[in-house]
Amino acid sequence: MLTYTLRRLLFAIPTLLVISFIIFALLDLSPGDPTANLPMTIPPEVREKIRESLGLGQPFHIRYLLWMQQFFINEPLNLLEKWTGWTIGDGNRLRVISWQTRSPVVDLIVQRLPQTLWVVGLAYLIGVLIAIPLGVISAYRQYSWIDQFATLFSMIGFSVPTFFTGLALIVIFSVKLQWLPTIYDTNLRVTDAHTFWLQIKQMIMPVSVLALYNAAQISRYMRAAMLDNLSQDYVRTARAKGMSERSVLLVHVLRNSLIPVVTVIALGVPTIFGGAIITEQIFRVNGLGQLLISGIQSADMPLVQTLTFIFAVLIVFFNLIADVLYGILDPRIRYD
Amino acid sequence: MFDDPAREPLLRVEGLKMHFPIYRGVFRRRAGEVRAVDDLSFEITAGETLGLVGESGCGKSTTGRAILRLYEPTAGSIRLEGREIATLEGGALRAIRPEMQMIFQDPQASLNPRMTVGSIIAEPLDEHGRLSRSARRARVMALMDAVGLNRSFVNRYPHEFSGGQRQRIGIARALALNPKFIVCDEPIAALDVSIQAQVVNLLEDLQDRLGLTYLFISHDLSMVRHIADRVAVMYLGRLAEIGPTQALFARPLHPYTEALISAVPSPDPDAEAGRKRIILKGDVPSPAKPPAGCVFHTRCPKVFDRCRKEVPQLLDKGDGRRVACHLHDDSVVHVREDVAEPGAAI
Repeated sequence: MLTYTLRRLLFAIPTLLVISFIIFALLDLSPGDPTANLPMTIPPEVREKIRESLGLGQPFHIRYLLWMQQFFINEPLNLLEKWTGWTIGDGNRLRVISWQTRSPVVDLIVQRLPQTLWVVGLAYLIGVLIAIPLGVISAYRQYSWIDQFATLFSMIGFSVPTFFTGLALIVIFSVKLQWLPTIYDTNLRVTDAHTFWLQIKQMIMPVSVLALYNAAQISRYMRAAMLDNLSQDYVRTARAKGMSERSVLLVHVLRNSLIPVVTVIALGVPTIFGGAIITEQIFRVNGLGQLLISGIQSADMPLVQTLTFIFAVLIVFFNLIADVLYGILDPRIRYD
Repeated sequence: MFDDPAREPLLRVEGLKMHFPIYRGVFRRRAGEVRAVDDLSFEITAGETLGLVGESGCGKSTTGRAILRLYEPTAGSIRLEGREIATLEGGALRAIRPEMQMIFQDPQASLNPRMTVGSIIAEPLDEHGRLSRSARRARVMALMDAVGLNRSFVNRYPHEFSGGQRQRIGIARALALNPKFIVCDEPIAALDVSIQAQVVNLLEDLQDRLGLTYLFISHDLSMVRHIADRVAVMYLGRLAEIGPTQALFARPLHPYTEALISAVPSPDPDAEAGRKRIILKGDVPSPAKPPAGCVFHTRCPKVFDRCRKEVPQLLDKGDGRRVACHLHDDSVVHVREDVAEPGAAI
């Protein structure tokens, strides 16, 4: 398993290099102009100067290599210095700077990450916690009313887009009932019970919108995997052994059914970090999704390039985690 | 103890019916039922092996599973040592499970792929008894010895074994709780011929040592002839004939038994050359729509009028032989012909 993991990690390096090149090339080919959002009164010569100052005057390959140096060498060294307090070199390295805000991209990400992890991550967790029991029950009681309800629930979760459910919740709970705030306040510091309650209140709607969506998907996988295993011979063996129905279901069937579901869940984790662009926009959660969309709107290439590449790294990494988990959970699968 | 006729048999099955509903349409309305097992009665004495034979789909496995209460029987009574188990539920049913176990046909699929051999065998011990860690381990080891598995395999997973070894795991698992009665559901059908002999010898050996009683389900007539004391022949969910192995093979009473036995190849080339096969025409009818009268009448070479109208009852022909065929009902055939109702079929 260890050699397999190491081999996979080695293979990931060329994959990620290719991905980073493709992202860079695509962004370079895209028609966005970083000065387009500046006031119209700025004369064209000045605009040209601004572009040059951003480094756009240099040829493509120089800009790509420069980004690589900044991202793969300078930023990690910088993070290391921050965490350990060491000084490496003169500490005066060129960082990946966002064109839009003129602050280092990595600092922006560090600022935005907690909101995203809290809202999107919690929604994913709740989604999984709803999906697994729901899938188990609806498979165990196939075609019962609870199964029909679960099917309806996941069809709604699947087919109704988050911008609709989000707005519907806002209309009901904020506008009509006035129970919950429409806007997520990032400046809120949780210091006592009251602010904690405020934090809960502002998280309820975005979290439930995303949890519905996640639960809808995962519960279907769970149900399918359970149905697959419930009809297996070893389940009959377990019943013949005289095991209680509870342990037949939870020890035998559930554990075997979780193998594919755990993989699906692991593969979904990178989407947490990607943020939920639409939901974050609706509820004004200034997380990573919101950062990415504002970067795209203002053609902030270093920001978009760096964020997209980090997502790519996470996806490759969690693919590996899913495969390794599969090998740990299923004794029939052996790597190396 | 076999000589005592008054003694209650270990297992007595009476009028066992196992019907599976068929649902059709948008609202999954009940559209009919598959009569997998229909009105089956027999008994098994302690220490004997009853062979249950018949074509694929005739309800052999369903019978075995219904007796072990892996299904909910539609009707009928199943008495294990005089205790009615057909209607037991929940905890009471689980409490009786140690008495009766099953060896399954597919040794690969019937073992949980995520459990080691040791935990597969030990699991029922934890569920039904209180053993210390070391006593449990000793029991698992003893069971592995009993079925001829190397003790060092205890932490391996089922997929790491060959078919014959997996079946040994299945047998050890079934023996874990000291059952009295074991249903062997085609335990050798998925194995190589050379391995089949090993497993059958193991089963016979265990029967001698532990005084087990078997219901041996198989479609392999030569194997049944070898292992069974008595044989029951099933056709389309019903019992065609039941009797002691030697007598049944020497002189089959039911035309279906006759046809089945004629299909067994003989190892003696001279006998094989002179063997006359009775070839049955047509397919087995659907158990969802069994024919009226005798279920075998659509394919029976000796069919006559009465077979199409009247369901034959099991007739006692002496020496422990019973047969459900109008051919052997010489006493009443002419008396009842005029009163037999055409729609008397169930």
